[in-house]
Amino acid sequence: MITLESVAKHYGEAVAVDGISLTADAQQTTVLIGPSGSGKSTLLRLMIGLIRPDAGTVRIGGETLTAATIQSLRHRMGYVIQEGGLFPHLTGRRNAALLAHHLGWSDARIDDRIAELTDLVQLHPDRLSQYPDELSGGQRQRVSLMRALMLDPDVLLLDEPLGALDPMIRADLQDDLRAIFRRLGKTVVLVTHDIGEAGYFGDHVVLLRAGTVEQRGTMQTLVHDPASEFVASFIQAQRAPLEHLGD
Amino acid sequence: MTDLSFTLRSDVRSLLLAVVLVLAGASPVHAQAADTTLAVGSKKFTENVVLGWAATHLLQQTGHAATHRAQLGGSRFLWEALVRGDIDVYPEYTGTLLQEILSASSVRRDALADTLARYGVAMTAPLGFNNTYALGMRTNLADSLGVQTIADLRAHPNLELGFSNEFMDRADGWPSLRQAYNLPQSARGVDHDLAYRGLMNGAIDVIDLYSTDAEVEKYDIRVLADTRDHFPAYKAVFLYRMDLPADAVAAIKRLEGQLPADTMQRLNARSKIDQVDERVVAANYLNAAFGLSVAAETQSRTHRVILRSREHLVLVGISLGLAILLGIPLGIVAAKVRGLGGGVLLAVGLIYTIPSLALLAVMVPPLGVGRVPAITALFLYSLLPIVWNTYTGLNDIAGPLRESAEALGLSSLAKLWRVEVPLAARSILAGLKIAAVINVGTATLGALIGAGGYGQPILTGIRRANMGLILEGTIPAAVLTVLVLALFEALERGLLPRSMRG
Repeated sequence: MITLESVAKHYGEAVAVDGISLTADAQQTTVLIGPSGSGKSTLLRLMIGLIRPDAGTVRIGGETLTAATIQSLRHRMGYVIQEGGLFPHLTGRRNAALLAHHLGWSDARIDDRIAELTDLVQLHPDRLSQYPDELSGGQRQRVSLMRALMLDPDVLLLDEPLGALDPMIRADLQDDLRAIFRRLGKTVVLVTHDIGEAGYFGDHVVLLRAGTVEQRGTMQTLVHDPASEFVASFIQAQRAPLEHLGD
Repeated sequence: MTDLSFTLRSDVRSLLLAVVLVLAGASPVHAQAADTTLAVGSKKFTENVVLGWAATHLLQQTGHAATHRAQLGGSRFLWEALVRGDIDVYPEYTGTLLQEILSASSVRRDALADTLARYGVAMTAPLGFNNTYALGMRTNLADSLGVQTIADLRAHPNLELGFSNEFMDRADGWPSLRQAYNLPQSARGVDHDLAYRGLMNGAIDVIDLYSTDAEVEKYDIRVLADTRDHFPAYKAVFLYRMDLPADAVAAIKRLEGQLPADTMQRLNARSKIDQVDERVVAANYLNAAFGLSVAAETQSRTHRVILRSREHLVLVGISLGLAILLGIPLGIVAAKVRGLGGGVLLAVGLIYTIPSLALLAVMVPPLGVGRVPAITALFLYSLLPIVWNTYTGLNDIAGPLRESAEALGLSSLAKLWRVEVPLAARSILAGLKIAAVINVGTATLGALIGAGGYGQPILTGIRRANMGLILEGTIPAAVLTVLVLALFEALERGLLPRSMRG
């Protein structure tokens, strides 16, 4: 479980996050959605401690994120970004095992875990001996997911994980990802700007606007009972291009 | 004489001195104290090298182990080296001593010995010749006109006078000479190398020269007597350290008064015009004049190249190795410690703005001559590409990669070691390659301060206008550069995964 309490972040004059409180429950996928600059990625980066809040607190599983706790808390979180963020000098396997290796896991333990994860993310084991630039975008994201899940963390944070993929690969990975989230039952927070994706993954959807929460609830609620004109038009804007095809 | 003299703005000089002293203090390279081998130095022109070899041979004949650090960069280098004890003996000229080395203390000629003693230095009596500026004419022309002295020129106002540009300008050159002897001619400036040719084909009748020039003998030139003592005396002597053993002093004193100008001209001609090695010229002279049996074995070219390669590799290997060991951490510190980066980059950049010759020159007063100052200078010179490329490589790592490493929860050290340094490796290796190429080339200048290496044959070759000798230094240096690059290429293949190779 992740809890944010009145978290604020400014960059000079610009407000990125303006006093947001929210909870991402365990065994649920919370989707942060909103237009560019709404603060959704900033929120995710506050959770993993890549940036420090100017005000408010971030709690991971009840423990407050501070300079002292940050490293151990990060070991309980997995982080996946657009394009994967895999290290180009390491093979897929070494990317996935980097942290475990650093923490002194035995080779046998690492091998076992890697085998479990290749199974989970549906990656052919041969791919693991290849370097990131030798893999397809979808394969890279699967390796990236393995790296995030290596220590079996409680929390999984994903920042536009499907953003850079072709539509076909995207559809495949989307199915697999949801299955994985269901199976693992972790606290999942996923950032996207795509309404369809938000509806597909989100048990709980948080729509952000200019650093504040505009509406939260199920996708059903947002679609059928928009809290504001902004919510309605944000949803409508992404549905509009396809609607005439249904007529 | 033809020495290089280095002038640096004193503030830059003292700044560098501080850097160098710190480095020198930290390095364990001053372990030569117990060495009983005597070292002879010489300047980088033929006559001085011949005299250096003569002294070396004489010391060896007396039973001392003696080496010759031939053709060091300039009078000041030799003087500093003598005072520090890096060398024990070198040939000097009284005029240089008074006007250049001790000029600050305005020593009188008769107080010279006392002044030298204050530095722990003594000098022999003059060896015989006086290598000063002189005027010369073809002997047959001088005979037909009855010219023996400079004053005799007054009777022949139609003679063509052609002087080197330096002589036209010098305080003791043409303007004051003309006044001193009340000469009616006017003179034109000519290139020094062309002057002898002009003299021979009759375009010029009188030129300026050094009184012991090899060409004097070769072209049968009459040196006109300076009856009014217009030119300052540049009498050759040996300077030696007062702690030199008595029998060693006696050995070099055997040359006192033994070398009149015509003898020295002949020896210079043997070396400069006949291209005989100075070591052999000196040995033959000693054998003939003193009935000694000095065997001056000349080394084969292969042997010389091997010897020079070893010296060059030591210079490059140690200085580059130290620069890598210090440069990479410095680059990391510059990239990681906020507020320090700019300072570090500026400092190594500043070192680099100093011309390499000047940097070498600055090393001599605190570090003497030989390998230590050369390695120190090369080390400082190699820092810039290594530090800058390490810094740039680390700074150029893409933001998402940096954050991915951060988000994993790796410690700072693990992040640096497992992610950042490997990602910067290509840039760092490129910096090492640049440093190596610069180092191999610049190390040839080390010969100017007695560090040996491929610069040695280049210096000799330039001095004797001998292209073969110049190539004997430049070709191995080029080959070494290629080999070093190949080594780094191999290192790159070994260190970088296939995904990171360009």
